[in-house]
Amino acid sequence: MSSLLIASSSQTPDEYFHPDLRDQINEIALRYPERRSAVMPALHIYQERFGYISQQSMEEIADILDMAPVQVYEVTSFYHHFRTEPVGKYHLKICNNISCMLMGADCLIGHIQQILQLKCDETTRDGMFTLSTAECLGSCDTAPVMQINNDAYCEHLDAEKLNKILRSLENKIE
Amino acid sequence: MFETTLLKNTTLNDSHLLATYRSNGGYEALNNVLTNFSPEQLIDLVKESNLRGRGGAGFPTGLKWSFVPRESTKPKYLCCNADESEPGTFKDRVIIEKDPHQLIEGIVLASYAIGAHVAYIYIRVEYSVGAKILQRALDECYNASLLGKNIFGSDFNLDITIHHGAGAYICGEETALLSSIEGYRGQPKLKPPFPAISGLYSCPTVINNVETLACIPHIVSKGAKWFKEIGSVKGPGPKLYCLSGRVNNPGTYELPTGISLRELVEGYGGGAPNGKKIKAVIPGGASAPMFPESELDIAMDYDELMAAGSMFGSAGVIVMDEDSCIVKATLSMLTFFHHESCGKCSPCREGLTWVVKLLHRIDSGSGKSGDIEELEHLANGIFGKCFCPLGDGAIMALRGALKYFREEFIFHIDRGYCPFHKPYSPLMLSSEQRYDHSMHQWH
Ligand SMILES: Cc1cc2nc3c(=O)[nH]c(=O)nc-3n(C[C@H](O)[C@H](O)[C@H](O)COP(=O)(O)O)c2cc1C
Ligand code: SF4
Ligand code: FES
Repeated sequence: MSSLLIASSSQTPDEYFHPDLRDQINEIALRYPERRSAVMPALHIYQERFGYISQQSMEEIADILDMAPVQVYEVTSFYHHFRTEPVGKYHLKICNNISCMLMGADCLIGHIQQILQLKCDETTRDGMFTLSTAECLGSCDTAPVMQINNDAYCEHLDAEKLNKILRSLENKIE
Repeated sequence: MFETTLLKNTTLNDSHLLATYRSNGGYEALNNVLTNFSPEQLIDLVKESNLRGRGGAGFPTGLKWSFVPRESTKPKYLCCNADESEPGTFKDRVIIEKDPHQLIEGIVLASYAIGAHVAYIYIRVEYSVGAKILQRALDECYNASLLGKNIFGSDFNLDITIHHGAGAYICGEETALLSSIEGYRGQPKLKPPFPAISGLYSCPTVINNVETLACIPHIVSKGAKWFKEIGSVKGPGPKLYCLSGRVNNPGTYELPTGISLRELVEGYGGGAPNGKKIKAVIPGGASAPMFPESELDIAMDYDELMAAGSMFGSAGVIVMDEDSCIVKATLSMLTFFHHESCGKCSPCREGLTWVVKLLHRIDSGSGKSGDIEELEHLANGIFGKCFCPLGDGAIMALRGALKYFREEFIFHIDRGYCPFHKPYSPLMLSSEQRYDHSMHQWH
């Protein structure tokens, strides 16, 4: 991927820029003494809009912030939250660190794998659900815990609760 | 009963709003300091209180602030560490979500003390709810002239910006946090120079934990003497403890430092559920080596815990009962550290890979004799040879488990199975439903 990034794109910036995002990022960059500091905020903005960080997004961000595309890639690839591939509409992230593990997270992950017919880091064929494990979410007193996309946590989970949550998401789909 | 300070407002309705905070005396400490204190006087007050950092290292806060060179013409920065990612820790989240103004007042006070006009709050991305609440609180402050130019009519100016992390535990390490704000991969930097001399953008910088900063307004209003007289002599003050794991009353508790670990988990935590016996307790987040039940009378005190081979750390207290498998718990923690290794130095990056492989093998019942010795050999090759404390913390956790629960590891290897196999589970796995990928439907 990085070698592709170094090769210059045939498109000129004007053709592919998202002016609204550029304005937003330029505004954020004012809050830092160095423009480069806005690279993480920019990646968050692009991921929010497009669901993942494409090569084109990295090139756009590089252009806005006067960075080399490979420098943006370097940052993107370091942080677990930034992804370079699309995920399902509902990204289920189940904590399996120590406190959640002690409270049965393993069983929960087994259960969800079974009902979604999915392994960790896979997406259902209809693109609705992606399953991942998460590192400690900072809610160990309400273990086991799951975060869907970037929303409020689902706490004190058990199979029954999980079934209800998945069903309510399914209803949202229809 | 201990009278709470840090959590005092959290039970009020709308505790996150400026109006609630102000009607309970909020921002009066700031007003007082901006009118009556020089920055040096504020630093002296905090030194006098003996407040030690609540982020894990326990460094004296006033002393840290005093390292910032006053005469330097460079801009100075304050960074609030809200990355809270140590497994077993969730105290900062309570402050951020329930009493964000307490934190903001602390940030403004600390910035005034060190002469910073720009502050950043580095918050982990998963705390999206907290970040929204915090942003709203900042907006309220700007509207009420509590942030921006001429705060409380003084000539002090401060801007605060929230910087969102992106899922990397290592960014809680202070120099990695700085790399991350600067727009680089979140990898630690060499110390010295220490951040107080050369930190963010090579300028003098102080990094403080959320809870540390939340203590400041109270030290100003109630005095250094009040603070100093609570809890341990060498590390006093009200302290937030996070109780989790197999304990009857998990949650965040505000109690003095120096309380015994037993009182915490048995008294406040109510012991293990279902009348089970407690087997082991981790006192300060996953990096702090565990204690067996027999050692629980130890005080939650920086120096005592250190002398006993563990640490106060983040005060993330994790309880394991007689049905908990120490091998599995160790594997879980080491897998975490391995996953979060930033890859900068080989002892941590490569060494932890092998540690996790061996632990997996033992946990799954395929361990071989000699595996424990191999683990110890690896630990010797990692500990003390890492660029930052992440790798060392991982090894401390491993060594703690081996020190007190070696027989459990031996049992797994000799018998080839886990004696605790049936994991405690509140789950009902009877559900027969399946998701049909192509139909968006349940069967
Ligand atoms: C691997 C690692 C992770 C850390 N994570 C955090 C964290 O999430 N929050 C925090 O406040 N301090 C964390 N620290 C400690 C910080 O480096 C630093 O000591 C602290 O933020 C200083 O603030 P204090 O003096 O107020 O405690 C971490 C340290 C290490 C080595
Ligand atoms: S010890 Fe681990 S986390 Fe720290 S610098 Fe080395 S590789 Fe990175
Ligand atoms: S261990 Fe799961 S939220 Fe902390």
